[in-house]
Amino acid sequence: MTLSTFFQHILTGISLGGAYALIAIGYTMVYGILRLINFAHGDIFMMAGYFMIFSMASLPWQIAIPMVCILTIILGVVIERVAYKPLRTAPRMSIMISAIAVSYLLQNLATYLFTALPRAYPEIPFLKKIFQFGTVSASLVTFITPVLTILLVIALMFLINHTKIGIAIRGVSKDFETAQLMGIRINKVISVTFVIGSFLAAIGSILYFTDRMSVTPFSGTLPGLKCFVAAVLGGIGSIPGAVVGGFVIGISETLLVALGYSTFSDAFTFALLIVILLFRPTGLFGEKNIDKV
Amino acid sequence: MKNSKKITYSIILAVIILAFLFFLETNKANYGMAYTVLMKGAILAVVAVSMNLVTGFTGLFSLGQAGFMAIGAYITAIFLIPTDTIQDVYYISGVSPAIMNFKNLLDSTPGWLQVINPYIALMTGGLAAALFAALIGIPVLRLKSDYLAIATLGFSEIMRAIISSPQLDTITNGSYGLKKIHGFSSIIQTFTIAAVCITFMVLLIRSTYGRAFKAIREDDTAAEAMGINLFKHKQLSFVVGSFFSGVSGGMLAMFMRSIDSKTFSVSLTYDILLIVVIGGIGSVTGSVISALLVTVSKEWWLRFFDNPLYIGSFQVPFFRTGFRMVVFSIILLAVVLFYQRGLMGKSEFSWEKIGKSVSGLKGFILKKTSKGGSNHVK
Amino acid sequence: MSNSILRLEDITMQFGGVVAVDNLSLEVNQNEIVSLIGPNGAGKTTAFNVVTGVYAPTNGAIYFKDNLITSNYPKGSMKKLYAGQNNGKFNTRIEKTPDQITKLGVARTFQNIRLFKDLTAFENVLIAKHMRAKANFLSATLCLNHKEEHTMREETLELLNILGLTDVKDEKASSLPYGQQRHLEIARALATKPELLLLDEPAAGMNPQETGELTAFIHDIRSKFNLTVFMIEHHMDLVMEISDRIYVLDFGKLIASGIPEEVQNNQRVIDAYLGVQEDGEE
Repeated sequence: MTLSTFFQHILTGISLGGAYALIAIGYTMVYGILRLINFAHGDIFMMAGYFMIFSMASLPWQIAIPMVCILTIILGVVIERVAYKPLRTAPRMSIMISAIAVSYLLQNLATYLFTALPRAYPEIPFLKKIFQFGTVSASLVTFITPVLTILLVIALMFLINHTKIGIAIRGVSKDFETAQLMGIRINKVISVTFVIGSFLAAIGSILYFTDRMSVTPFSGTLPGLKCFVAAVLGGIGSIPGAVVGGFVIGISETLLVALGYSTFSDAFTFALLIVILLFRPTGLFGEKNIDKV
Repeated sequence: MKNSKKITYSIILAVIILAFLFFLETNKANYGMAYTVLMKGAILAVVAVSMNLVTGFTGLFSLGQAGFMAIGAYITAIFLIPTDTIQDVYYISGVSPAIMNFKNLLDSTPGWLQVINPYIALMTGGLAAALFAALIGIPVLRLKSDYLAIATLGFSEIMRAIISSPQLDTITNGSYGLKKIHGFSSIIQTFTIAAVCITFMVLLIRSTYGRAFKAIREDDTAAEAMGINLFKHKQLSFVVGSFFSGVSGGMLAMFMRSIDSKTFSVSLTYDILLIVVIGGIGSVTGSVISALLVTVSKEWWLRFFDNPLYIGSFQVPFFRTGFRMVVFSIILLAVVLFYQRGLMGKSEFSWEKIGKSVSGLKGFILKKTSKGGSNHVK
Repeated sequence: MSNSILRLEDITMQFGGVVAVDNLSLEVNQNEIVSLIGPNGAGKTTAFNVVTGVYAPTNGAIYFKDNLITSNYPKGSMKKLYAGQNNGKFNTRIEKTPDQITKLGVARTFQNIRLFKDLTAFENVLIAKHMRAKANFLSATLCLNHKEEHTMREETLELLNILGLTDVKDEKASSLPYGQQRHLEIARALATKPELLLLDEPAAGMNPQETGELTAFIHDIRSKFNLTVFMIEHHMDLVMEISDRIYVLDFGKLIASGIPEEVQNNQRVIDAYLGVQEDGEE
């Protein structure tokens, strides 16, 4: 591998990692608050892909993108209201099964509505513009992704650390019941979390699919799982952790594919998950929790 | 109710089921649909009970079933593709010499061994799945339940990726899959194998080990304080469960006659989860009934959801390909949200309960007739 | 050889910055009834959890019948904090898991009752018999151990009878009244055939009559099962009446020990419970 192809792959990896990071934040925030692996998150991301296809069919991208964000947010919040809210006090397994049921429903619904055949993802011309740096060339989206990711994360960190709702989110993720007793409106906080998570998933979806050109009803499964691994790697509940995790997974996956081990790039992600959970279950930035007996 | 009476009833029930299966077997041509669907239902019942053993009885939320089934299915398939057609199956990349040698070895075994070959195939498939489970169990069973779910789901996806990888073309035939697998000799064979598997799991659940599993499900800290080694018992449940997932994967290969890696995607695990949840998490009877019921509805009774439906000249909206699965996802969600105990909750079938409800019904009828005159129900 | 059955040496348990148990040493002798008392948050339950292997201590060692079951020594940043405390006495790390400790003969109940809620009283006790069962899983599954299974069931019925739970044996554990749940927890602990029984607040939530009966009950099971009892309790009448010896913890430190009369009149104990008046402040 020459240096320039190496840089080329690193660049692709960073770009993929940026999209992963945005999705991973959704997992990490929901897990932080509800202690739930939101199995449907990957499918929300997939649905955002379809929203984009249909929005772009009749609208210019300047309107289509905000519309996709709004539709995805609505989807995320509705899922929370319908499938998770009634199970607040139920055993953890029930709410996980509910999340799986939603994931199953979204996949089957997408198959029903859009068929299982891949659908071409619309091109946003300016994003596909090719830039050339010496021997390294890449489309604009490759450059935009990491920058946009970082900007969004900075904004999110500001929201979490310096606004009232941010303090409420942190409070709820520390202790659900106490936060409730302190007068925090849990349901509002949870909805806001899903709004943020779905919004970031929508952006992530646009960045991800622009590079991949097609969407199927099952496009969300593997990226979803990988982003969950990214969130665990970073330390579940930690937003900067999710971002770092997303980049690590994105870059290592791209490098493995470049080296010809594409089959094993997925396997690598999960091997990584098992290794982290064994040796550092709290991830890179997670806090340690002791179960009380 | 006396034990002898229970045994009599059970024998009668078994005879009725056998007679029914025999009837189906002899009239296969006329009842093709029922034949196929029930066969598939029996196979799914095995894997549903195995999932229930791990998830419902031990409290380990494992989502690796599709992966274990794939292992069992591919191994069974390699055993059961006739040697003379094996070259046709692997026509693209050729057969690995190891498989060829193995097939020749199998063919050189004495006749009686070849007769029980399908059983050996299923056992080997199950054992291989169990071995994989034991290996991945060492790290993942130490995890909390939700991490376990994602790690096993990940494992299952890895299995699928590896099976379809070009490196294994000469063994798994890559993405083309394996064909011409020798099938079941009769539906009675399918049901017998399923019954043996399920009986074994029921006995395990009822044994002292099964009680230890339930203790872990209820409260692992207390279970550990009662001297139950958490890891050992979780591992046992997981390995046994995976063994039977592997066996049912093998059975599925025999049923479908041709398999590929897409058969064993995550949605297969979700289909099984659907069966377990509808039947009742923690009830073997529930899983069995639900496996048959869900399969029969899905593949037969509710097929019409997938076809355009006309009433007169009016086309009923929604009815087209894929609608059936949407309906099933909604059913799953509805059961989780509104009827968490499923069909059976944690209870099991017993003649006592049947007896009680029959005598309850009798009493009810008698009361009604004595109260409201004689014209109600006789 | 001493007749001590349980010995804690220099046990320290630290959670992050909080020292829950601070350099605790104590001893429980064969057939004694020893109580561990102290205000809320003094570290009593933590001490129990260290003994039963739920937590590995930051420092110190625990012996059961003169066998080392747990030992740890401070590492990293803790090293400086506890320098010289045990002068390198323990430099091995032994952590028996809770199930191994139970197997050695230590059984416990929990402060906030932890029964197998969805199972019947009978099953709750029968499960605790599993540890001593010899059958492997295949022979158990294939019902080749019916003799052993039969004995287990008989012994379970007997235990339920002794604890006065025969009438409710087929009821779900969670549906029993509080007092019976406490009894069931004791029955379950006894089913593991312990030599040392750890009771974590056995009188909590019981009415005065039930509490009154507890002394006789604990004496009774001690002689019937040849037990040593080590218990945490808040109910002072009960503690003073039943205990052979008492240890008092406050903020993780041992502040007094001795027979009930000594402890009762110890000024530090009185201060710990009532609070010390400082500079005329209330």
